[in-house]
This record gives sequence, C-alpha cells and structure tokens, in this order.
Amino acid sequence: MEMPRPSSMILSRRAQIVAQLRAALPKSCVIDDPLETRVYECDALSAYRCAPLAVVLPRSTAEVATALRICHALGVPVVPRGSGTSLAGGAMPSADCVVLGVARMNAVLSADYDNRFIHVQSGRTNLSVTGAVEARGFFYAPDPSSQLACAIAGNIAMNSGGAHCLKYGVTTNNLLGVTMVKMDGTVVTIGGPWGDGYGLDLLGVVCGSEGQLGVVTEAWLRILPKPEGARPVLVAFNSSEVAGACVADIIRAGILPVAIEFMDRPCIRATEAFAHAGYPDCEALLIIEVEGSAPEIDEQLSRIRAIAARHNPIEFTEAADEAQAKRIWLGRKSAFGAMGQMGDYMCLDGTIPVSQLSYVLRRIGELSAEYGLNVGNVFHAGDGNMHPLILYNANKDGDLAKCEALGAEILKLCVQVGGCLSGEHGIGLEKRDLMPVQFTPADLEAQMRVKDVFDPSWLLNPAKVFPLAASAARRGDT
Amino acid sequence: MILPRSEGELVEAIASATSPLLVKGGGTRMIANAQGEVLDITGLSGIKLYEPAALTLVVQAGTPLAQINTLLADERQRLGFEPPDLRGLLGRDGVSTIGGIAASNASGPRRVQGGAARDAMLGVRFVDGRGAAISSGGRVMKNVTGYDLVKLMAGSFGVLGALTEVSLKVQSIPEAEVTLVLDGLSDDAGLAALRRALGSPYDISGAARAGGRSYIRLEGMAGSVAYRAERLRAQCDGAVLEGAQSAAIWAGIRDVAPLHGRAGDIWRLSVLPTDAAGIVAAILAAFGGDTLRDAVYDWGGGLVWLALPAGADDAVRAAINGRGAAVKLRGAGAAPFAPQSDQVSALSAALKAQFDPHGRFAQGII
Repeated sequence: MEMPRPSSMILSRRAQIVAQLRAALPKSCVIDDPLETRVYECDALSAYRCAPLAVVLPRSTAEVATALRICHALGVPVVPRGSGTSLAGGAMPSADCVVLGVARMNAVLSADYDNRFIHVQSGRTNLSVTGAVEARGFFYAPDPSSQLACAIAGNIAMNSGGAHCLKYGVTTNNLLGVTMVKMDGTVVTIGGPWGDGYGLDLLGVVCGSEGQLGVVTEAWLRILPKPEGARPVLVAFNSSEVAGACVADIIRAGILPVAIEFMDRPCIRATEAFAHAGYPDCEALLIIEVEGSAPEIDEQLSRIRAIAARHNPIEFTEAADEAQAKRIWLGRKSAFGAMGQMGDYMCLDGTIPVSQLSYVLRRIGELSAEYGLNVGNVFHAGDGNMHPLILYNANKDGDLAKCEALGAEILKLCVQVGGCLSGEHGIGLEKRDLMPVQFTPADLEAQMRVKDVFDPSWLLNPAKVFPLAASAARRGDT
Repeated sequence: MILPRSEGELVEAIASATSPLLVKGGGTRMIANAQGEVLDITGLSGIKLYEPAALTLVVQAGTPLAQINTLLADERQRLGFEPPDLRGLLGRDGVSTIGGIAASNASGPRRVQGGAARDAMLGVRFVDGRGAAISSGGRVMKNVTGYDLVKLMAGSFGVLGALTEVSLKVQSIPEAEVTLVLDGLSDDAGLAALRRALGSPYDISGAARAGGRSYIRLEGMAGSVAYRAERLRAQCDGAVLEGAQSAAIWAGIRDVAPLHGRAGDIWRLSVLPTDAAGIVAAILAAFGGDTLRDAVYDWGGGLVWLALPAGADDAVRAAINGRGAAVKLRGAGAAPFAPQSDQVSALSAALKAQFDPHGRFAQGII
C-alpha cells in the first residue's frame, strides 16, 4: 500500500510542533516519546504500521480545537482516532502526522428518556452507550462486532453497522446531531436532539466521511426501547444457494427479523474447532433472530419455519432457553477469532444485492481456488453485506500481495453485480485505490469538493478514501 | 420551459444555461418564491429496476408517486416513509414525483419507526450546476463507499443539482394495522401519552395528535398487533380502529388534512416532543383566539403543523428560542430552510458554491 512520502519539512520541525502543542495543552495530553507513540502505529488493519510524529489526547472540545488550530497553522496533517478498531486503516498514521485520539472524552452528557436520545462525548465506546441507558429499558441500536472497544467517534466516521441493522439501520439512521471541530479549529454544531434540521443535510454527509471533514467530539444519538425478548434459530442447509434462496423468501414474505447471519462450511468448521458451539457440519447455516414478546416470537418463528421447510433444511433448531440462544450466537461471534487461529486473514466488506448471493458465493469459491488461498464467508445475509475472510500467511513472501489481489477481485465482483466496495467498514487506506471501480472521475470529484469545503488545506486524514493520484493536487503532493 | 428527455439532454440544458433554472417535478411541494426558467424533469420518468425480494426500487426522478405506489402495491409492498401529499395543504395541483419527494425529504408519520425519506434513499444520480452527471450510493442496503452525497441531496430542494434517478429501499405491507384513539385528554396529557407509547417496547409506527384526540398506530402480524394493542390499552385505554378506518386516520395526519383550506401561513416546526405543547401555547398566547385549535402534532410531538396569520415569524422564532427549527412552507417569505448558526450557514453556502458555482439553481429560496 503506497503512502505519500512524509514531508521532510514537517519532520524537521518535529520539536517545534511538539513544543507548541505542549505549551497550549495540559502536559499529559501530548505524547512524543517514540516508545509511546508506537502504540498508535496501526489500527485493526495491522498489516500496515507507521508511528506518528506525535499523539494528542485532549479531554474536551476546546482542547481538540486548540490542537487542531496549532496543527492547521503549522500545516501538519492530523489523523483522528477513536479506539483504533478500523479494519480499513482509517486511523493509520503517517510519519509526519499528529494522531488526535478522543478516547479520554467518554462522558455521558445527558440522557433524555422522554425524548429518547442520549448526548455523549465521542470517545465513549459503543456498548457503553447502551450500558448507560439499559437500566431504563433502552438501547443504542448500531452494534458493530467490535462494540466492546470501538468508539462512537469511529462509528460516526465510518457510518458503522452491525448484525442488527437489518431492522434498526446503521449509524446514520440513529444519529441526531454532532458537535464537530473543523481542521482550522472552529467548532460547529450540526443537527441536535430534535433531528430534521431543515437545511442541507450536513449531518448526513459528515457521517461516513472517515474523519476527513472534522473531528466529532460530541453526539446526540437516538435510543430505542428494548424489545420484550429475542430468540435466535439456527437453520442448516446442504447448499449455499438454497440457504440464499431461503433468505430471499423470508424477506419477500414480509417478515423482518432483526438479524439474518450466514456462515459457509470453511467458517463453520473453523468455528467448531475453536468455539465448539455444536454447529452441524454443513454447507451453509443461517442464524435468524426475531424479537418481541414470547407469543410474537412464536408467531414469527412459525412462519420462518414454514418457509425454511420448503427448502429442506438438514436442521432447524430454535433456542429453547437463554443458554441455547447464547450457544447459537457463540459460533457466529467467534468466527473472526476462529479464522484468526488458522492464520492471518483479511476481512472484506462488500455489499451485493441479495438476489446475487449464490452467484457471488460460487464465484468467490472459484477465485479462491484460482489464487490458492482459502476464503471463509460469514456475513449479514439479510442486507447482502458480505464478509469474505481471506486466509494468508504474513510470514510467507508475496502472500499478502496475493491476498490483496484476491481481495480486489472479490470487491470488483461485488461492484459488477450491482453492489459496492464497503458496506460498513469504510474505505480508509485499504480500498482507497479501488474507488475508480465504483465511481467515475466526476463522482470522485464531487466528493472531494465536499472535503474542499470543510478542510480546504486537506490536512485531515488526507491520504485516505480517494486514490492518491486523484487527490494529489489537493494534498499539495506534486 | 425546458423538458429534457434523458440525462444527456439534462446535462446539455444545464451546461448551456445562461440564466437561473428552476428544477421542477410535479410542482406539488415547491416553494412559491422559487424563481427561474422551469427545468421540467417529468420527461425523465420510469422504473429502472424493481426487485421485490431484495426490497429494492430504482426509478427515474420524474416518475409519478402514484405509479410507484401502484407498482409496489401489486407486490404487497410500499414506501415505508409514507410520503405526504401536500397539495391540499399548500393549495397546489399537479402530480407528485419521486424526485420532489427526495428533494424535500418528504416523510410521513412512520418516520418515528422506519425513518425519513433520506433513510430509505439508497442512491441518487444528479446533474450539478457545472453540468456534471454524478452518482452516489447505489442500490444495496448497506453502503459506506465514499461520502454520502445521497443524504446531501435529500431535502436539498434542488439548490445543488437536479436529481435524475433515485434508488429506494421499500418494505412489505404488514398484514394488520390498528389505531388506538385517546379522547378527552388535554394537549399536555395527550402528548405525554404519545411519548409513553413511543418509549414502550410495542414498536409504535405512528404517534400523532389532532382535533383534541391522540392516535397511536401499531402494524405487523395479526397476532402481534392484537397483543401489543392489548398491552397498550392497559396503560392508556382508548377506542380501537382497524384496517381501512385506521388507514384513513393516518392518511389525514400524513397529508395534514385538518389544515386543508385554512387561510394564512403554513408552518412546520421541528422540536423536542416534551417542548411541543409549551411552544404551541406560547404562540397561541402571542396570537390569541382559536387560530391554533387545529395544530397537528406528529412524530410524538416532534413535528408540529400550524396555520397562522401572516406576520407570525417573530412569535414563532421567539417561542422556539433556539430549541428546534421552524419553516414557513406557505405565505410571504416562505422558504424550505430554517435559519441556521453562522457556522452551518457558511458551510451550506460553500457547498452550494462548489456544486453550483454559477448560481443556476433555486434562486430565491435560500
């Protein structure tokens, strides 16, 4: 992965930059000891590492503004960071950048149950937002797999999804407003707890802009009343194609489960060896979860059972109690860890129309054989958000390059059938150079014009999202 | 009037224009003050793709809403965000198009459950003021590839460009619906009942108040709807309307029927549900009389429709006092955008300048 050459001018002024940050911010907020900055050298795309010039960990919106104002004045690029769980390299530093982490800003500012919102600082972790409101019977819906660790700031930057967004939508559908600091240090509040701002939907374009438009420091989030209960079923099939057809039939029948998860044989075998969830050894399995009171759950599951029966499943197991429900989810939730036990892996994130599911799975199998790398599939089938996991060996010369080439082929396939490069992880560094597969130069130009408005000097997370050549002139990289 | 028949012709029309243009679909939601030579997009009409099993619809921007509704109903599906028909409210005629709905983010009562038009919009194609044809989003349910210009176009009232195509997520029509009707409550108590329902686990798909009655809607499978209606009645007893009777209530709320034919200005307020009754009372105090008797509260009180005498602007803004937003959709000085903070206004103006540097679009409305 190519990165712009770090600016020797900025590197040579390292001491001055750190001194200015130290002078303006509390001492504990600025880190420049190379041993300590190494902690920030990568995010969850750990194949790529580069320690930043310095790290700033502010404790308030005002301190974020101070840090950004200084970096702006000195022309220093800034890479914003939530919890560093990006799978796309969204928080990957460059040698000449300051990493601005919001992890210390994790307070709940207010919770309003009558109007159903919570106001938090953006460093708060996703799961702890729900933690703050669940005693009152509420929850925050978007639930990325990394929800124990990932921060709301990163969720907003990447417009994160999760297993349950089939019913509840992704971050952008649950975000009411933000306080954000622009690269020049100005603080702007967009939207608010009343929603619908009646103007250009700046909130909509900030969400998912991968930290390139501003650093979000506070957010108003929609909270929802928790359903009375939930129950998963496990349905096993002898063919991926049939499992895909079953998914389409359930959606077509007007049933809206909160989640429909799909695992194929390589993933099932890996997770069984790792987590012993008791999954059948089959070609494909679905985990379908429905919500409501006990009688409502029964009503939905009886319909799902009838639809599944038409596809001759080899197993249909309904969770009889909480323990069995946990076991059904156990394998799915350990899938990434299990694949990780087998070696290094790259997790892709393309979305496809659900009607193309079986074709795409077959093509991925063919490509996997062609490249000689194993691919397991575990994904959100209800909305077509694929997660092919390509296994490779980081210690073997050329294996990473081969894995990336296969990944690119699979993502091109997703676009070809009417889908997209990324459903919930973001483009970051990882898929930056594939953007022209999905977008014309005019499409990319329109997006870059939005960045021109928010960050005219292109200092905020500059080498991400857009192909380097496309953004070179704007970044001053000539 | 310019009537392009293809995206190519639209590009040509915009690129060669030398004076302001007014992008127009059916004209049922336009702001009366908008000026310019009419750029009629109804020539860009038709269904490009409909996959019921994928809940996906891709249509050209000039496609009439009625045609879409019929197409979807044949497959027992619908637009989940329940776009309102504003002709009665604004005193317009014409044929509502999907482009106008997208450009005004027109969303009805089900917004409290399923989101607004913006949330159902999966992708757009549009031509900006430079004459560039631009695509954003796509046709799939989850997509974070590149910046979300789909949201930027939703509710932009044509100030950035002319939509040519919209991709939408559709939903199945549930097999049952009922409405709980609560009578005899004060506005305070009636709105509190709506908030309590929205905070319950019973998956409310409509929470509105009009004509002194509060309405709570439930939709879904028959057994589930019956169960939830019974549980809700345990906390706030009321009459139950089913099927067509229930649907008629919500069509009226959606289209703001209680204010049809009313003289004066039409206002739309976006506030915190707990502030709604107080804000309306403050406006009432400033204007006196019974002009506000017909306030229509939707989204549990988060949306308020009012018919007010001309010149209420200052009273409305004073009552809201920064805690929400108000727009006047009909009357002198009507504009689709509420005043914003200096920072937001500056960003909006800069975006407008990027997408429409020659000032081709929507003169007179921002």
